[in-house]
Amino acid sequence: MTHVLDPDALPGATPAVHAPLPPYDDVTRSDAAFRAFLHGLPGVDQVGAEARAAQLGTRSIKTTSKAWAIDTAISMVDLTTLEGADTPGKVRSLAAKAKQPDPGDPSCPRVAAVCVYGDLAGVARKALEGTGIHVAAVATAFPSGRASRAVKLADVRDAVENGADEIDMVIDRGAFLRGRYLDVYEEIVAVKEACGDAHLKVILETGELKTLDNVRRASWIAMLAGGDFIKTSTGKVNPAATLPVGLVMLEAVRDFRIATGRQVGFKPAGGIKTTKDAVKHLVMINETAGPDWLDPDWFRFGASSLLNDLLLQRQKLRTGHYSGPDYVTVD
Amino acid sequence: MIGNDRLAVRKTYKLYVGGAFPRSESGRTYAVTDAKGHFLANASRASRKDARDAVVAARGAFPKWSGATAYNRGQVLYRVAEVMEGRHVQFCEEVAAGEGLSSGKARAAVDAAIDRWVWYAGWTDKLASVLGGANPVAGPYFDFSLPEPTGVVAVLAPQQSSLLGLVSVLAPVLATGCTAVVVTSQERPLPAVTLGEVLATSDVPGGVVNLLTGDAEELGPWLAEHADVDAIDLTGAPAGRAMEFEREAAGTIKRVVRPPVTEPDWTADPGLSRMTPFLETKTVWHPMGV
Repeated sequence: MTHVLDPDALPGATPAVHAPLPPYDDVTRSDAAFRAFLHGLPGVDQVGAEARAAQLGTRSIKTTSKAWAIDTAISMVDLTTLEGADTPGKVRSLAAKAKQPDPGDPSCPRVAAVCVYGDLAGVARKALEGTGIHVAAVATAFPSGRASRAVKLADVRDAVENGADEIDMVIDRGAFLRGRYLDVYEEIVAVKEACGDAHLKVILETGELKTLDNVRRASWIAMLAGGDFIKTSTGKVNPAATLPVGLVMLEAVRDFRIATGRQVGFKPAGGIKTTKDAVKHLVMINETAGPDWLDPDWFRFGASSLLNDLLLQRQKLRTGHYSGPDYVTVD
Repeated sequence: MIGNDRLAVRKTYKLYVGGAFPRSESGRTYAVTDAKGHFLANASRASRKDARDAVVAARGAFPKWSGATAYNRGQVLYRVAEVMEGRHVQFCEEVAAGEGLSSGKARAAVDAAIDRWVWYAGWTDKLASVLGGANPVAGPYFDFSLPEPTGVVAVLAPQQSSLLGLVSVLAPVLATGCTAVVVTSQERPLPAVTLGEVLATSDVPGGVVNLLTGDAEELGPWLAEHADVDAIDLTGAPAGRAMEFEREAAGTIKRVVRPPVTEPDWTADPGLSRMTPFLETKTVWHPMGV
């Protein structure tokens, strides 16, 4: 495969720091080899991807299916607050909401995780003790990722020590756009190592990658480097989690499992605000990656305002009349 | 030169929601006829989801509209009357055709409607002094009361008087600072459609007024039960259903304006009776002293 295209492929050359799963265990042996591999991935038909995503968005999900979709979506939410103004009090109230999203209805499922900055992971951990709800922390100089590797790794270790069991890292988009794919790869490998037992979600920040071809390449880099999840965006850049981007990333996780046998999760984040958006994503997962991914262990929504809309729709189904924002908590 | 054999352009009007003119989400339309049964145009037949979208739009527009100064609201409403004046001929034709009036009577109805709008525009900055003020209290406090808009008001507009009646129930809602979701007269919706075009081209922010053409019997229960609607005016409720709508509205403690037994003479002086139901009184106790 890549050997032919690889000018650096000298016999006996030292392998890269960490070899990916077979059959891709040799693609990271040099910068040129890795570039050749990534550029050898099939190109994305952008118009086709947009049309396919739009077509999947037209599915009509009603009554019992809708009720199932809403409950499933709630159980997949990473309830997020990533503001400079976050306080321990705000994180505690977010944790309370995560445990009981709709105080008026005990049958409402819990969310999957609470996502905060690393310094507040300890507060979230304490508030969620014994609930089974995960604590996710963003790290590696989120959201820009512009810091030296030592700082990024220290950031990760700090978040893990504070009690985060999921780490959301950002890739070095500058290096990616310059074509330094191996640097991006090695950084993810290093972060994965620093995570220890914590799950690693790799944020591609697709809004800055510009093309769907780049999204596919970055997805493969993250999966080869050992990321447990690939995530679209930080939520700080527009556009964020669009359906065509999601489609390309879901195809990537699907293809990666077929090739290597390892399943990688997917997390769209940013811009998913309504129940309709969430249901469109659920349809797309089922049709693209398959029902194996319809589980909070393999799929998450990174969202803050989405949860309230899901709750309003849930109340509508339960009571038979439309609800209003006065009937859910203010974040 | 266009001869009589020119094909007529048959119009299909749309809804007015959030400052835009969407088709009904359901895709439904119905034929609107004049008083003698001749075809006039097609109108969209709004569904419950259009009503839901309209409430979202009205809720979104409420902070800005209720937060505008009363003086500014008065100016904006007066501007609506000016634009209505420019559409005078069109309103007259639609009222005459829909209500089966002579051109003279239709003209009088349109004149009265525009005058009514101006009258309510004048009330915006006077309500606080008439309905509020300082209260004498036995204590070292300055105590005063202020009328404040209640929020989103659903209006079932009169079925008979298609413009004067509509203006008489809509303008007071806007004058108080509330935002409105209006279900127009089902059989005579065209003046309301034109009023929507007037509102879109005047200074009223999108979402403050949302006009749904269609069946009040179908939409009424959804608006009466909707938890994000603060008040409902049942003037145009179908015969025999008003009590049921009022009961549904009680579930979320809405302000309710009951329908008159028969449709009233809209030319009569309305007084404040159509504004006070949509106002909440806020009373402030302020410590006095140095």
